[in-house]
Amino acid sequence: MIDLLVIPLIKIVIVLTGVLITVMYMVLLERKVQAWVQVRLGPMRVGPHGVLQPIADVLKLFVKEDITPVRADKVVFTLAPIIVLVPAIIAFAVIPFGDQVSIFGKPVPLHIADLNVGLLYIVAVASIGVYGIILGGWSSNSKYPLLGGLRASAQLISYEVAVTLTFVSVILASGSLSMVDIVTAQKANGVWFAFVQPLALFIYFVGALAETNRSPFDLPEAEQELVAGFHTEYSGMRFALFFLAEYANMIVVSAVATTLFFGGWLRPFPSVAFLHFLDVVPTWIWFVVKTFLVLYLFLWIRATLPRYRYDQLMRLGWKVLIPLAIANIIVTAAVKVALSD
Amino acid sequence: MTPITPVHYMVLSAALFIIGVIGVMTRRNIIVILMSIELMLNAVNINLVAFSNLWQNAAGQVFVIFVICVAAAEAAVGLGIILAFYRNKETVNIDEMTLMRW
Amino acid sequence: MGQAIAFYTIAACILGFGVLVITAKNTVHSIMFLVVNFLFVAGLYVLLGAQFLAVIQVVVYAGGIVVLYLFVVMLVNLKRPPEAHQDRRRRGRLGVTCSLVVLAELVAIAAYKYVSPAAGLPPALPMGPDNVAQVGMLLYTDYLIPFELASMLLLVAMVGAIVLARRDL
Repeated sequence: MIDLLVIPLIKIVIVLTGVLITVMYMVLLERKVQAWVQVRLGPMRVGPHGVLQPIADVLKLFVKEDITPVRADKVVFTLAPIIVLVPAIIAFAVIPFGDQVSIFGKPVPLHIADLNVGLLYIVAVASIGVYGIILGGWSSNSKYPLLGGLRASAQLISYEVAVTLTFVSVILASGSLSMVDIVTAQKANGVWFAFVQPLALFIYFVGALAETNRSPFDLPEAEQELVAGFHTEYSGMRFALFFLAEYANMIVVSAVATTLFFGGWLRPFPSVAFLHFLDVVPTWIWFVVKTFLVLYLFLWIRATLPRYRYDQLMRLGWKVLIPLAIANIIVTAAVKVALSD
Repeated sequence: MTPITPVHYMVLSAALFIIGVIGVMTRRNIIVILMSIELMLNAVNINLVAFSNLWQNAAGQVFVIFVICVAAAEAAVGLGIILAFYRNKETVNIDEMTLMRW
Repeated sequence: MGQAIAFYTIAACILGFGVLVITAKNTVHSIMFLVVNFLFVAGLYVLLGAQFLAVIQVVVYAGGIVVLYLFVVMLVNLKRPPEAHQDRRRRGRLGVTCSLVVLAELVAIAAYKYVSPAAGLPPALPMGPDNVAQVGMLLYTDYLIPFELASMLLLVAMVGAIVLARRDL
């Protein structure tokens, strides 16, 4: 009973709280990083150096008026943000945050579920989120949201193909679809898959930027053309859900990148013996640090690169990334066959 | 409660198939008709997986993968035809698709 | 017991959302019900021990095919609902009659007792806990040629869809 119900529930609560707090502080971090890049200070008023800013933001969003357009499809309009947010959060179910730890002499694995189709589960869950965006754009019954929603979904579907193809090469390298097995395969190999599959990492990262609608691929919400894209008509709490989902998605793709390419919970150089003293650091701390480094990369890129044009975005996805990903799979498979003989 | 046997799955599958048939026969919107066909394909898939489970043979699941492939091809071409037709006639009602009738 | 509850819940949802798909007035609502229906079918696959198929069902059906439907519904921006001025009853009667014929046929088939497992084919590969490896093994050995044919089919469908959807047909 305790193993079946209580421990998973506690884990779910911890992960959920962790994700929500991370989202809140990611928003602050994003504003701060942008500010530092542009030689500004960023939020400074609420608390020392603005550390309480997220709480003020949340309070503001809670008390704002929640407007539903008169001609909107009310049920779908309310459902859309939920459809976007739920997949972003349930994707955390299969992410391994750390190695097995023992609490009160009881071995507890630091993941909620270890599915034998874990990686595909993440792909599946991510593909559901598209609906929220299209339906949000459609149900607003207004032109900018509809165009933004169509753009966003076309972009998501295009880049999903490239990202899923990079997963195939990682699966080939590790020989398993389970997230835990992928990490242990990196331990057995003695090297992170970032070094085995550098091209896959590059394609994954570009695809992840596009899938989370981040700059330089933030066309669905390009202010100059589409006001705010698919969530133009949203306000108050429902807008906050879209906002939350975007950042939760960023955390998911960063956590997946960490697990697949940067060795998950493993310490740096897992096979080098004289770095053994690094093992005193708990495994989940390595995971969190690596995930935050990937997240920082997202912010850094946003502050550095200008936005793509829509035709350039589609050309990059279909004519560059997907062929490259397929070539990468072929080479990986050939090398794997050659090595196994 | 009786244990769940393959017959239960077959009944479910048959019922879903009938829903699909009714959809194809009664609706006039061609997009809804294509969706009803998807429902029927799913009913078939449920049957295949149930029998794969009964005989403990994964071949049934392989067939489902092929069915899904065919469904994807059907949806892509079918929707392409709908788009091309809509551009010419501004309708998706199959009662107005009478160009080939004599 | 737990399995029975799960089966009846999922079956009720599959049928309920199936009915909603074909009765909903608004096509977009229809599509949403279809997605939910497919998700419950995926749940049924998990119940039957086909985890790989369940995930494929969600990725390909719910995440791919149905999004295509949604796109088309948004592109064909309908000014009037296609079923507004139809003689609904004539169609309804004809449709229900035909469906009842199919149902009678299915009942006739089901009236025969289904063959016991012993009489059927022996399991080619005993199903183990690793469903993914099992399906993959069969797909790339016994069913390799159908698999390649399926890839050709998809290629042809893709080219066909692109040609059909071009503006200057």
